[in-house]
Amino acid sequence: METIETLLRDVPLFDGLTSEELELVAGCGTNTHFGEGETLFRQGDEANTFYVVRHGSVALELFVPGRGPVMIETIESGDVVGWSWLFPPYRWYFDARALAAVRASVFDGACLRGKCEADPRLGYALMSRFAQVMMERLNSTRIRLLDVYGYATVD
Amino acid sequence: MGTPPSTEQLVAVPPAPFRVTSRTRETHDTWTLRLKPLNGGGLLTRPGQFTMLYAFGIGEVPISCSGDSHGPLTHTVRAVGPATTAICSADEGTALGVRGPFGNTWPVDAAVGGDVLIVAGGIGLAPLRPVLYEVLRRRDEYGNVVVLYGSRTPRDLLYVSELEEWRARFDLQVDVTVDAAEGDWRGKVGVAAKLIASAHFDPGHTTAFVCGPEIMMHFTARDLLDRGIPAERIAISMERNMRCGVGHCGHCQLGPTLICRDGPVYRYDELELLLAVREL
Repeated sequence: METIETLLRDVPLFDGLTSEELELVAGCGTNTHFGEGETLFRQGDEANTFYVVRHGSVALELFVPGRGPVMIETIESGDVVGWSWLFPPYRWYFDARALAAVRASVFDGACLRGKCEADPRLGYALMSRFAQVMMERLNSTRIRLLDVYGYATVD
Repeated sequence: MGTPPSTEQLVAVPPAPFRVTSRTRETHDTWTLRLKPLNGGGLLTRPGQFTMLYAFGIGEVPISCSGDSHGPLTHTVRAVGPATTAICSADEGTALGVRGPFGNTWPVDAAVGGDVLIVAGGIGLAPLRPVLYEVLRRRDEYGNVVVLYGSRTPRDLLYVSELEEWRARFDLQVDVTVDAAEGDWRGKVGVAAKLIASAHFDPGHTTAFVCGPEIMMHFTARDLLDRGIPAERIAISMERNMRCGVGHCGHCQLGPTLICRDGPVYRYDELELLLAVREL
């Protein structure tokens, strides 16, 4: 049976972490699964976890009154869901829903924050990796703000 | 300076009358038209080429060929102005003017023996559909064939029934994403470039065909270079204000090149520096 630590070795987010660091991270994690349509977390709830999707697809959604849920982004296998556990007030800004059956590893944010406080080297390693994820998502969002497919030169 | 065009050359390309034989609605603002010459015969086109399509009395616009090169002249047109709106409204039997075909072609033959990666954004799938038809007709001559398609929303996707057929094939990887979605969309949401990471191709033996808004092609090419596809194996199709279609008027000039005459298909290494010049 694969341990969390073994699974983490194949996750791009954790590339470059030492065995000791992986062990520390793995100590805060466990495996989980969600059926199609199940909710991982909801907007406004306390955010004390993050997920690494190992199989399946997760939709990040924002509920807009009068429109219903609007899909912001989908997260595929190998990617991470959730960074609100890193910053006060530790609340989710979006809903996360399994588009299809999802297998994931879930990590206890409070546990990891404690380890990062105690070991700043681990804290920096994790923070820089999450910053990379945030930068990629921000860039993706900015490009989509351009509405490149909607814009057209009038003939 | 080049040689001024002769009067003979200029009058050599009047619009030929074609009849609309079918009109299919693709999305809320985009239609696919099939056309047949009024005088009989057909028009030989190749993947990548375009024609100048004329709505009589309203205007003429460059439109990429979007059908099977072995079939009737086919154009997929998005209604964005008076001429394209008139063309999209042309019922079966309506006469339209056609000049061309013009332009060079996608490097379908040069891609033989390697993997084929097609990356389309928005209506950019239309000029790439003839490539896919050709590659599928000669499927044994290519390795992996991958189609990555990004669109604004699910309702803006072109050729939905064909996309479903292509996805059902075992010899073709098709991946689709949209910028935003509501309701019961079960596919991906995110930028088209994100699809590249999970596409199956051998970067050293792949030819990429990219078409979409210029900024989308820029980001896509950057990601393809990062994946290891050499710039000379990335083909992009440009669209810039083409008017005459034959390199006389200069409206589509991009630095030293006239897109209607030398393009619209270019190797990325030919244009990479020019596309970075904001004044062009």
